[in-house]
Amino acid sequence: MTDEGPEQQPAPPERGDVLVAEQEAGGQKTRDTIGDILRSDHPAVVTVLAVICAMIVGAILIIASDSATREAAGYFTAAPMDTISAAWDAVKDAYIALFQGAIYNPNAPQALSPISETLVYATPLILAGLSVTLAFRAGLFNIGAQGQILMSAALAGYIGFAWHLPAGIHIIVAIVGGIVGGAIWAAVAGLLKAKTGAHEVITTIMLNYIAVFFVNWLLTERWFQAPPYNQAQSRTVAGNAQFWHLMGSDLRVNFSFILAIAATVFVWWLLKYGTFGFRVRAVGANQDAARTAGMSVASTYIGVMIVVGALCGLAGVSQILGTANNYQVTASVDGGVGFTAITVALLGRGTAWGTFAAGLLFGALSAGSGQLQVATQTPPDLVQVLQALVVIFIAAPGLIRLIFRLRRSKSAGSAVLAKGWNG
Amino acid sequence: MKLELRGITKQFGSFTANDHIDLVVEPGQIHALLGENGAGKSTLMNVLYGLYEPTAGEIIVDGEPQKFDGPGDAMRAGIGMVHQHFMLVPVLTVAENVMLGDEYTKSAGMLDQRKAREVVRRLSKDYHLEVNPDVLVEDLPVGIQQRVEILKALARHAKVLILDEPTAVLTPQETDHLMDVMRSLKADGTSIVFISHKLREVRAIADTITVIRRGKVVGQADPSATPAELAALMVGRPVQLQVDKAPADPGDVMLGIEGLHVISPTGQVLVDDVSLQVRAGEIYAVAGVQGNGQSELTEAVVGLVEPTSGTISLDGRDITDTSTDEILGRGVGYVPEDRMHDGLIGSFSIAENLVLDTYDEAPFGNAVSLNLQEITKNATERVEEFDVRTQSAEAAASTLSGGNQQKVVLAREMSRPLKLLVISQPTRGVDVGSQEFVHKRIVAERDRGTAVLLVSTELDEVIGLADRVGVMYAGKIIGELPPTASAEEFGLLMAGQTATDAKEAS
Amino acid sequence: MSPELGKSDAIVESSVDTVEVSPGEVVTQHLVEVRMSTRRRIGIGVAIIVIGLIVALALAASAGSHSTRFDLNGANPGVSVPKFSLPGVTVIVICGVLIVLLGIAQLARGFGKRTMRWVGIGVAVLFLLGFLTWAGTEGKQPIQVGSLLQQTLFLATPLILGAMAGVMCEKTGVINVAIEGQMLFGAFAGALFGTIASNWVGLLAAVVIGALVGALLAVFAIKFMVNQVILGVVINAFALGLTGYLFDAIMANNGGGTNQPSVFNPIKIPVLGDIPVVGSLLFDQTIITYLMYVIVIVIDVMLVRSRWGLRTRAVGEHPKAADTVGINVLRLRYQNVIIGGGIAGLAGAALTIGSVGQFNKNMTSGQGFIALAALIFGRWTPRGALGAALFFGFASALQTALSLLATPVNIDSNLLQMLPYLATIFAVAGLVGRVRAPAADGEPYVKG
Repeated sequence: MTDEGPEQQPAPPERGDVLVAEQEAGGQKTRDTIGDILRSDHPAVVTVLAVICAMIVGAILIIASDSATREAAGYFTAAPMDTISAAWDAVKDAYIALFQGAIYNPNAPQALSPISETLVYATPLILAGLSVTLAFRAGLFNIGAQGQILMSAALAGYIGFAWHLPAGIHIIVAIVGGIVGGAIWAAVAGLLKAKTGAHEVITTIMLNYIAVFFVNWLLTERWFQAPPYNQAQSRTVAGNAQFWHLMGSDLRVNFSFILAIAATVFVWWLLKYGTFGFRVRAVGANQDAARTAGMSVASTYIGVMIVVGALCGLAGVSQILGTANNYQVTASVDGGVGFTAITVALLGRGTAWGTFAAGLLFGALSAGSGQLQVATQTPPDLVQVLQALVVIFIAAPGLIRLIFRLRRSKSAGSAVLAKGWNG
Repeated sequence: MKLELRGITKQFGSFTANDHIDLVVEPGQIHALLGENGAGKSTLMNVLYGLYEPTAGEIIVDGEPQKFDGPGDAMRAGIGMVHQHFMLVPVLTVAENVMLGDEYTKSAGMLDQRKAREVVRRLSKDYHLEVNPDVLVEDLPVGIQQRVEILKALARHAKVLILDEPTAVLTPQETDHLMDVMRSLKADGTSIVFISHKLREVRAIADTITVIRRGKVVGQADPSATPAELAALMVGRPVQLQVDKAPADPGDVMLGIEGLHVISPTGQVLVDDVSLQVRAGEIYAVAGVQGNGQSELTEAVVGLVEPTSGTISLDGRDITDTSTDEILGRGVGYVPEDRMHDGLIGSFSIAENLVLDTYDEAPFGNAVSLNLQEITKNATERVEEFDVRTQSAEAAASTLSGGNQQKVVLAREMSRPLKLLVISQPTRGVDVGSQEFVHKRIVAERDRGTAVLLVSTELDEVIGLADRVGVMYAGKIIGELPPTASAEEFGLLMAGQTATDAKEAS
Repeated sequence: MSPELGKSDAIVESSVDTVEVSPGEVVTQHLVEVRMSTRRRIGIGVAIIVIGLIVALALAASAGSHSTRFDLNGANPGVSVPKFSLPGVTVIVICGVLIVLLGIAQLARGFGKRTMRWVGIGVAVLFLLGFLTWAGTEGKQPIQVGSLLQQTLFLATPLILGAMAGVMCEKTGVINVAIEGQMLFGAFAGALFGTIASNWVGLLAAVVIGALVGALLAVFAIKFMVNQVILGVVINAFALGLTGYLFDAIMANNGGGTNQPSVFNPIKIPVLGDIPVVGSLLFDQTIITYLMYVIVIVIDVMLVRSRWGLRTRAVGEHPKAADTVGINVLRLRYQNVIIGGGIAGLAGAALTIGSVGQFNKNMTSGQGFIALAALIFGRWTPRGALGAALFFGFASALQTALSLLATPVNIDSNLLQMLPYLATIFAVAGLVGRVRAPAADGEPYVKG
């Protein structure tokens, strides 16, 4: 019983809820100019500022761990400019290397190679990110992308190397197999949530571990492991079931990126025009009201987890039938995408195209990390720090507002609803 | 203790909830604050209690200006408050709740439970607020919970006690007891600020009345003023206190309930052997104090709660084990009691909320996709028809005022052909203007031949709208009365005394 | 509105329960005893019988012909107790039959909710006894029960500490999914400062850095009202990235100048440490384990009996009620979350300076999440979380022990490793059911 009368409604404005007051004040709907947007906390502005903030913190880390800078700092009082220029060089070199690895490298033999790498890294991030995004919209946390990707890759991989089907059909069957593998694994969590109320955060984490050990076990079995049975990797997916390259065989970007675009369009359509999407959004926003309106919360949970798992299934498919993992199943075939996907979904603010863009950004960062290490000896883990920082800054628009003294705008809102275990 | 508020203004953004409010509470006085929902009474009291910081103005206690950073400061200044929504922690005992924030401790910060119990017992006795200190608050009925709230304030030596809509959850008899308690507190020199929108109670107990409308003090009144005068002052125009309706013309039985039981997972019997019938074209009202099984009864009718035993039929067909979706599809409209919780999705647009239960049916959509054009068109029409005050049908439902939110729910549920309308607390948190509108629509729905099952804890509303009334107590319909019965008769039933008990008593 | 109201629950008998709300005034609550639904009762009964039959038939049939020897002594026992033998197949069959009997009882009349928990524990214990006996029937090595339990405590210590960190945060209403990250930072700081200063400094540094991460969680959760589950996930990613980065930057290429801390040695408590079996198990431990005992007991007692505990519970259940009686909700939340972070940091230190010493990338490898699961599994109570964490520790210890043992049938270690996670899923879904977190857990508090 919470009959919040109107007297309670003008809640303090911090919460991001729109106030009764706005409605009652009414009338003054002014058109935002570009200048207004730039000075407000419009999502795009916050995103850009968050990336800048993350890079500044990253720069501090680079400086702190740069040996040249530390050397120069040893005689800081004697020649302070040495320290500053060494620090500047370290940061500049690192970020240039990151850029060269991700976007364009004038010295590389293949000018398009960095872009190709970015897309290869971005593909599973986009697919798994979409999966997490869709779960968010249903009010569920899908922490289980890792397990779903592993199960999908194992099944698609098995179909890819063990079955012998004609070209064309083989790849389709393998894709379907991967989708089914991911969908079943996620559906278990959905079913448990719907039928017993077991919290999906716990069940998906547990299912991750089970999937890891399951794949580890597969990799010790003769019918799965690649001869001569001394390495934990599966046999190689047959050529018929491998994705074709998009930009020539020298570049790794492949058909799975097209799948990622298609999945993005699908999720966008589902959330805007789909009847099922309406139900998902309703259950995610207020499951009591959804139930009162006659929607079945339980079947929505199960249904959405099947789709969520299918999207992770596609991510698994892209890992095993694409170029990312040499067409072999290994214990790390998921590429650590599962947890990054959560940050991608957050950055994407619950929308399909936002997630797509976020996946591209994080893919670029991952692609750049290799060059970062080669060119500057900076540990590639820096990229993971940057990714986490971007999301921390984005998830707290209040912080960005505070740092940059932005005005609060109506369009801003928190990325995801605040909910607890009981929600 | 003398309490003065001078020029209190509280703004939320551009909305002014309190506008230069002046108020003087003399020692040992019962000062009623009268105003309709949303007038700004609770905001004012939250300012006084240190929960909100005033935008402007001063709080003066015994001539000393005060600055409250939080309720702790207000309590130290001798101000206690009984909130409309009780501020009790359900999983703690009565004694723990009473001492919370001002704990009795032994060494090393360990609690002195014995002393807390003693304090509760002593205060209980002194003020006739009997309560067992060792019971968990969640096991107490609401009437007793209120005693705990009052004890909490007394244990902190409150000299000014604010009671925010204290009678909303009480039976008439419990209300009388509360008034006795208020009188004995007054006799002890405690000042009381009594917030209410019920004219009868205000006139019965207050020494002086201040009326608030739209955040402003619009006048002082004497308890001897007539209800019509007070109501006009409160609303700002003459109000029609009666609902206009023709006698009912009941048809066939639309809703039949036989031997219905609903039992909670913990084994509590929430609905206990309820049988009733509602005919087409009549309004059957279920009266009773909050929490006597009315909510579960309505939820069972629309299939949200599975009955443990018993049958429910709609227009002669059994719907006991039918899903909510199907029940709604067979022509049942349902307006839940808690509209922001169960009736609307706050972050969805008005247009989306208007198709919440028909989104997958023509013309709004099919099994695969939605028809956004039709949804928008429907929204424009319904907003017009039900006079929903909003800038746009694309605005989020949470931006609407309580009355307009209720209109959205009504617009959704009443814009399809109905056999039965189940409507719970139709005017809770709704301003008087919208209340009249809601009442008219309910009567109009009845006159169209729909059976109406109305649940309300507001006795005035029940008497005004119903053609027949069943009083619910502890899960049972313990008596049926015509709406013309007296308030005393209703009161006895609401307190669980059956007609025979009542006769024996007299 | 509770959706599960009365859902297919069978009512057995009706009773009238009374609550004395005030002296002389009794409110009667019409109550009926609710037993679980027939389908559920039969389901659980059949499951138990199947387990019993597996023990009585499959294990007994595949068991070796020897008796099983049990060794209750752990490593360095003060006073050792003699090893003893149990007749293999007989014990296995008895265990199996007992389980089957419990299953039949459940099938026939169903146990109540309270009893069900003990029945579950009973089945688990009988199953384990049968299983361990079976594992030893090859007769080559004795079953090292003592060291198995020692290993359990050792592996469970970081989990218990992590779960206590969770209790501290979640009882006040802040969800802590970042236990993993806090542990990782704690492990890193413990190793780094344990090397360049001493292990005591390392211990302190681990607690401090854990508390700092706790403060980070607190600021974002309480002040900026970021969704707390998400925040936890992001902080974990941040911890993984930053410790990985710093490991590469300062530890990996630095010989051993930064990553070779001295580890804590066990301290034997006089008298207590000499008790057979129990002594070497509980009272011959490192300082971190002793700190763990203290932390568990203090939290358990203080939560119920102290002013701090009362306020903490009130803030976690109904922060507004706490605010209206003058409790500073936000300050208490900050305080508890920061202390919780410190405890998680200590949990991390247990992995480095309390154990192997060296830090490695991602060395927590999900233990923070297991601690979180233990917290939920244990229904947000210190005792429950302790039990659940010990269960996880035992499962890991068992898996290691079995891999060293010649069992009658070879068990793949990967499949064995799945068991604790499978058990958690079953427990969360079945026995524990819908657990309720503190009512305001995860909800930012806004005044007014």
